[in-house]
Amino acid sequence: MKRIRFWGTRGSLPVSLTAAGVRQKLVAALRGASGRTFGSDGEIDDYLDGLGIEVSGTYGGHSPCVEIETGGADYVVCDLGSGLRPFGQAAIARHGPGSPQTYHIFVSHVHWDHIMGLPFFTPAYIPGNRVRFYGCHPWLESALRRQQDNPSFPVDFSYLRADIEFVQLEPGKRYDIAGMSVTAKLQRHAGDSYGYRFEGGGRAVVYTTDSEHKLTDPTETASIVEFFRDADVVIFDAMYSLAEATTVKADWGHSSNVVGVELCQLADVRHLCLFHHEPANDDEAISRVLAETKRLEEITRTREPMQVSAAYDGMEIEL
Amino acid sequence: MQFSSRQFADIVVATPIGRIDHSAASHLEQSLSPLVAQSAAGKTGVVLDFAGVDYISSVGLRVLMIAAKEMRGRGARIAVAALQPVVVEIFAISRFDRVLEVFPSVRDAVAEISTPALAAFDAAP
Repeated sequence: MKRIRFWGTRGSLPVSLTAAGVRQKLVAALRGASGRTFGSDGEIDDYLDGLGIEVSGTYGGHSPCVEIETGGADYVVCDLGSGLRPFGQAAIARHGPGSPQTYHIFVSHVHWDHIMGLPFFTPAYIPGNRVRFYGCHPWLESALRRQQDNPSFPVDFSYLRADIEFVQLEPGKRYDIAGMSVTAKLQRHAGDSYGYRFEGGGRAVVYTTDSEHKLTDPTETASIVEFFRDADVVIFDAMYSLAEATTVKADWGHSSNVVGVELCQLADVRHLCLFHHEPANDDEAISRVLAETKRLEEITRTREPMQVSAAYDGMEIEL
Repeated sequence: MQFSSRQFADIVVATPIGRIDHSAASHLEQSLSPLVAQSAAGKTGVVLDFAGVDYISSVGLRVLMIAAKEMRGRGARIAVAALQPVVVEIFAISRFDRVLEVFPSVRDAVAEISTPALAAFDAAP
């Protein structure tokens, strides 16, 4: 595995930066630049880089879609959120529409935010492409077909002219797919969700979203820790604060940054990546959660330091 | 983790000491449970003296939340006091400082909940 590329990082519902939000960022950037002069574009870039993403950029608003670049010819993607549309456009731009490609798509579950990008995934409409959907739910195919049924969408699933196949996986079993070893794990979420552990080229990546880790059952906790064990990166559902996940949003099927740090520390993970951001959180709020999570890792650390990041649309992690 | 408690009029001050990590959280739950049941029944209060707690995990915080729910549901109160700086940060990052009553000192917590208990607390050797 070479790198991870995030196309959609928001949970539950896509969001968009508003005009007021853009203006707020411009005001902050201009205020910070007051009295400064810039001799080159490079100096402007340096200035912007120092501002933080909450001012100079945005975490973005597409719902979950994460690409794992294996180093091979095939594409590997986790989830079909709205981020799948720009992923598909980028793949076509790279190869051209007439060059058949193979796409391996792993689906955590079929809640709307994780499948809504498929009707807009252009490569699936192009004959010659191969699209393989992997999941543990027996209703994966019917859910994707139903999404494009009348009256919900004007283009029926039958218009997807790529060579499409559904592959049902068994949790806990190792599969060799796209040159990687892949294992799925059942997670606590309404209707169940599944996390995926990918291993290849001496690297391990865990994609675990829409999963409520209560950590009250030691056996269950140990099994999650083993699933995460020594991973280079864990992409972790940190949608809520621990207080929310324990009180008003208990049993809503999501975890917190605090639990992410605890599990990844127990599993000796090298990089915790916060994911599935709450749509109500603006860029400033997500940056605050990230800063606090880094601090939590620091004050509770008992072994080697662990890197902590917050995923944003367009972010890449080199493996 | 060690645990002790002391009665001051209608308030119990409970004192855990050490790390409340995943393995110690069940000990906290077992130790706290009878105090919570007793205080909830009497509609009185429990103050947790955290001066000796140097770490609390998510499972430990969950134990506090379950206790708080039981207490509040029956018209009783629970408070946490005298947090060490690291634990203050854990409460803030987890947002538990927004869902539990937190006080700088045990005396402040006792004073907030019960005047008779404050008198007993101040009179104690």
